[in-house]
Amino acid sequence: MSMLNIEGLNVWFGRDRDRVDAVKGASFDVGTGESFGLVGESGSGKSTILRAITGLAPTWSGRITVDGRAVEKARPRAFYKQVQMVFQDPYASLHPRHSVDAVLAETLKLHGFTDIDARVAKLLDDVGLGQKFRFRYPHQLSGGQRQRVAIARALAPEPQLLLLDEPTSALDVSVQAEILNLLADLRQGHGLTFLMVSHDLSVVGHMCDRLAVMKDGEIVEVMDVAALRAMKATHPYSQHLLQASV
Amino acid sequence: MMDPLLDIENLWVRFPTRQGVFDAVRGVSFTLGRERLGIVGESGSGKSMTGRAILRLIRPPGRVEAEHIKLDGVDLLQKSEKEMRDVRGERISMVMQDPKFSLNPVMTIGDQIIEAYRLHNNASKSEARSKALEMLGAVSIRDPERVMRAYPHEMSGGMGQRIMIAMMLIPNPQILIADEPTSALDVSVQRQVLDIMDRLVKERGMGLIFISHDLNLVADFCDRVLIMYAGRIVEVCDADKLHDAQHPYTRGLLNSLPRLDTPRDRLDVLERDPAWSDASSVSGRI
Repeated sequence: MSMLNIEGLNVWFGRDRDRVDAVKGASFDVGTGESFGLVGESGSGKSTILRAITGLAPTWSGRITVDGRAVEKARPRAFYKQVQMVFQDPYASLHPRHSVDAVLAETLKLHGFTDIDARVAKLLDDVGLGQKFRFRYPHQLSGGQRQRVAIARALAPEPQLLLLDEPTSALDVSVQAEILNLLADLRQGHGLTFLMVSHDLSVVGHMCDRLAVMKDGEIVEVMDVAALRAMKATHPYSQHLLQASV
Repeated sequence: MMDPLLDIENLWVRFPTRQGVFDAVRGVSFTLGRERLGIVGESGSGKSMTGRAILRLIRPPGRVEAEHIKLDGVDLLQKSEKEMRDVRGERISMVMQDPKFSLNPVMTIGDQIIEAYRLHNNASKSEARSKALEMLGAVSIRDPERVMRAYPHEMSGGMGQRIMIAMMLIPNPQILIADEPTSALDVSVQRQVLDIMDRLVKERGMGLIFISHDLNLVADFCDRVLIMYAGRIVEVCDADKLHDAQHPYTRGLLNSLPRLDTPRDRLDVLERDPAWSDASSVSGRI
């Protein structure tokens, strides 16, 4: 059973001489409950794929299917109950003048929940923050705590598919370990499917079951983590990437 | 042993707050020769503050105190603000952490590099333009013509950082302070940027202070490493021996990294010991 299927996805920005083809004919499939990684250098289009799925990059063509339903250009609210995204920079993705409570309560209200108070409390417990953080503002939180809030916000609509765009690259290694452990626990506890973008092969190796290697907007290779660990990449670019990261 | 380029003795950075004085850097001493010196630690450990204090970039009410910060034997703390301006950029250059906040959002990349070049060199606009293109090429930017026309928000993080590095290479400084210069870049580009910096250290005899939270990178790239925790240096070691480091903090950081060759279900989480921050700073002088 596949949770996410991408067929011949093209994404572009700008036009005429400034047109950039960020993603060219990408196709891959992520099974339900699977954790799938996208790796590649900056500008290779890995984050753009996530943005095209959520509708943040409006100029795309091809087929995106989430849980058997084709994604249209205009996404219904039900789509965002199913698919949520966690962004790279926890400093930029939270509103500086909204408390943690306001951020989570607003998300819950938008998704039509009524038992908001109990849900906010549960979300904070789920991401290991606890109630004392509920009325804090982002500037009163460390980077790791902010990323936990961002994860709690993404979990609020009870999604099945979580898109993770470099969730730990702005964090210290010690905090990265905590967040990666948290994500692994949440995936198990909530039966989530992950699509994770990272430039760090060891993070993808730790978190994912399979991964796609991207270069210049194209997927050059899809392999499983065992092949990654055994350094058995077939495409010369993936081999180069592996060697550079060891 | 050659005279060190930079000699820092007992550096403190203090910020008065409502809860009393907060010491961001507490009694740090080290020297920098013509070498690649790494400073590693978590955010809040004072590594960036150490870099900024050298250039006296700590704004009031923050205070920089030290026995001395000597550049080629001249104490920077005795210089006037006007004299410091000749040091910054010309003799000691700094790449900041985040290209998003370091580039002017309403100026094209090309105009910014040309401006930086003409500030330091008496050159015509077309000369500056060809130099700017060359610099973009030197930091491996594909299609520099298009990048010259683009605005910073149109660049990815990695490209932004390479543009910053291109700009700071222009005045040919003696010392480069690089504050997390490659943390926004991915491994293959990281290598290229490090090679550029490496070449500068070797060919021009520059000193490099490389501030990073990435232990593997520092172990690989630098000659010597200072490990900072809570404003102090807890350990100093040769970079190639970093993986045999003794201090429990360094060990904890190393163990929290995921590794491709040894898969684990859960990563180790660092347990902090209050004694680490109370112990006095280790000297990084040679």
